[in-house]
Amino acid sequence: MEYAIAVQELTKHYEDVTAVNHISFEVEKGEIFGFLGPNGAGKTTTIRILTGLIKPDGGKAFVAGYDVLKNPIVAKQHVGVVPEVSNAYVDLTARENLALIGKLYGVPSQKLRENATSLLKEFGLYEVKDKLVRVFSKGMKQRLLLCMALVNDPEVLFLDEPTSGLDVESARLLREKITRYNKDRKTVFLSTHNMEEANQLCHRIAIINHGRIAAIDTPENLRAQSMELQYIEVAFNKIVNTQEFSENPGIAKAVPAGNKVHIYTADPSSVIAFLVEYAKKNNLRILSLNTMMPSLEDVFLKLIRGKEAVIQ
Amino acid sequence: MSSLTEQFKRSLVIAEKNIKIYYSKGPVIIFGLVFPLFLALAYVIGRNIPLKEVLPGLIGMTTFFTATSVGPSIVPWETRSKTLERLLCCPVALWTIIVGDMLSSFIFGLIISIIPLALTLFLGIQLLNFMMLLLGLIIANLCFAALSVLLSAYPPTDIPATSMMLSSLVKFPLVFISGVFVPVEQLPEWGTVIASTSPLTYFTDMVRQLFINNGFYPLVLDFLALIAFTTAFAFAAIKLHEKTLAKRLS
Repeated sequence: MEYAIAVQELTKHYEDVTAVNHISFEVEKGEIFGFLGPNGAGKTTTIRILTGLIKPDGGKAFVAGYDVLKNPIVAKQHVGVVPEVSNAYVDLTARENLALIGKLYGVPSQKLRENATSLLKEFGLYEVKDKLVRVFSKGMKQRLLLCMALVNDPEVLFLDEPTSGLDVESARLLREKITRYNKDRKTVFLSTHNMEEANQLCHRIAIINHGRIAAIDTPENLRAQSMELQYIEVAFNKIVNTQEFSENPGIAKAVPAGNKVHIYTADPSSVIAFLVEYAKKNNLRILSLNTMMPSLEDVFLKLIRGKEAVIQ
Repeated sequence: MSSLTEQFKRSLVIAEKNIKIYYSKGPVIIFGLVFPLFLALAYVIGRNIPLKEVLPGLIGMTTFFTATSVGPSIVPWETRSKTLERLLCCPVALWTIIVGDMLSSFIFGLIISIIPLALTLFLGIQLLNFMMLLLGLIIANLCFAALSVLLSAYPPTDIPATSMMLSSLVKFPLVFISGVFVPVEQLPEWGTVIASTSPLTYFTDMVRQLFINNGFYPLVLDFLALIAFTTAFAFAAIKLHEKTLAKRLS
C-alpha cells in the first residue's frame, strides 16, 4: 500500500538535544492524522522535516510517494502547509497573497484565478480580497493561511496548530473546512494541543513525547487501552471521608473533586454496589452517580507523565 | 519536475513580491535614495572639477548605494514578520529565494543608477562607448545586489535595522577605498592594494575610462573582476544563508 506519509527511523538533533528520536509511522491516504505532544516534544521539528524545511540527521521520510530528503522540491509540490510560525504578507492584499503562493507552486494563471476566487468565497474572505492583510483579524489571517495552503489543490495538507489562539467561531469554521477537505479523500496531518479537536477530527492519533512516539491508534482505542483511568463520579448530600473508600480493594484511588468524589476502578459495577451500600449504612443520599470513560486528555497525560498524573 | 528554468521563474515571482513590498519601506528610501542624493550633493557642490570628471565617481557611488539598499533588509524582515517559513514551505529552493532577493535589489539599483546616466546624455557629454557603460552598469548592479544579500546572511538577525547598520559598516569603508573620491592611480601603493579588494574600485575605474579615457586597470580586467566578485558574492550568499537558516527558523 502506498501511504500519503511514511516515516522511518527519523532522527534530528539540535546540539545536545535530541528533538526527534528514531520515530516511524505511516499515514494512510485520505486519513486525518493527529500529532499530539507537549511543548518541545518534537512535533514542529517532525513537520518541518516532512515539509522539507530542515534536514534530519537520520532516517527516511516520504510524502505523497516522494522522498522528502532526496527530492524536497518535488515532494513540496504536492503538499499544502500552514506552518506553526507563519503569517501572510501584511503589505499585500488577500488576493495578492494567494496569487504569490499559487505562482510559486506553478499553478497555471487561469486555474489560479479560479482556485483563488473559489477559496476566498468559501472562507468568507471574498468581500475583503482587495484589502491589505494588515487590517485583517487573527481569525481572518488564519483563514487566509489555510486558503494559501489549499490554493495548489494539494494531496497532503500539513497543519501545525491551525486553531491556536483563535476565537471559538473561527476555530469551528476551520475545523469544518478541514473535515470538508478530507471528504475529497485528501490527507491531513494535524499537529494540535487541543485534545477535543483531535478527538473530533482525527481518524488516528500519534502521541509524541521527548522525541519518541508514545502511542499511535484511533482515539477510541487509545481510550480503551487506558481503562484503568475510568472512574465513577459520585455526589452525596454530605461531605464524606474519601479515606474510607481507599480501604475497598476494588478502588484504586478516591479523589475529592468539589462536592463530588472521583473513584478510579477497574470494576465499576461492584464499586457502584459498594457505594449504594455505603450510602445506606451512613444514612447518606446519592445525588448523582456517573461512570466516566477516560478522556483523550487523560490518556495523553498518562502517556506523557504516567498514571499518577491523571489520578490526583 | 521543477527544472532550473522553473526555479528561475519562481525567483522572478519572489522579486515581484519584493518590489511590491520593500521598495517603499523607510530604510530602503533612506539608504537607497535620500542618502546617496545628499552624498552626491556633498561630493559635487563646491568642487571646482569639470562635470565629466565628477560623473564617474557620482555614478559609482549612486549605483553602489542604491543596489545595496534593498538586499540587507529582506531576509531579516521576512524572518521577523514570519513570512520566511511560509515562503520556504513552497516548492522553491533556498537559492531561488536568494536569487529573487538579488533581482529585486538589482532592479532598484538599475532604475536609480540610470538617472545620472540619463543626466550624462542630457548634458551631451561624450562617452567612449555608451553600450559598454550600460553593460558595466548592469554587471555592477548585479554584483552590488549579490553583496547586499550576502550582507543580510550573517548574523541571522530578525531586526532589519541591525542588518542595515552592519551593512553600512561594510559599505562606507568600501566607498572610501574604491577610488570614488580619489582615483586609484593617485593612491599610494598600499592604497592601490587595498582598493583592489573592493568591487566598487573596478566599476569606478571602468566608468572613469569610458568617460575620460583614464583608468588604472585594463577595461577587460574591470569587467572580469566584477563578474568574479558577482559570482563569489552570490555563491557565498547562498551558502551562508543555508548555514544560518536553521537559526532563523528556530
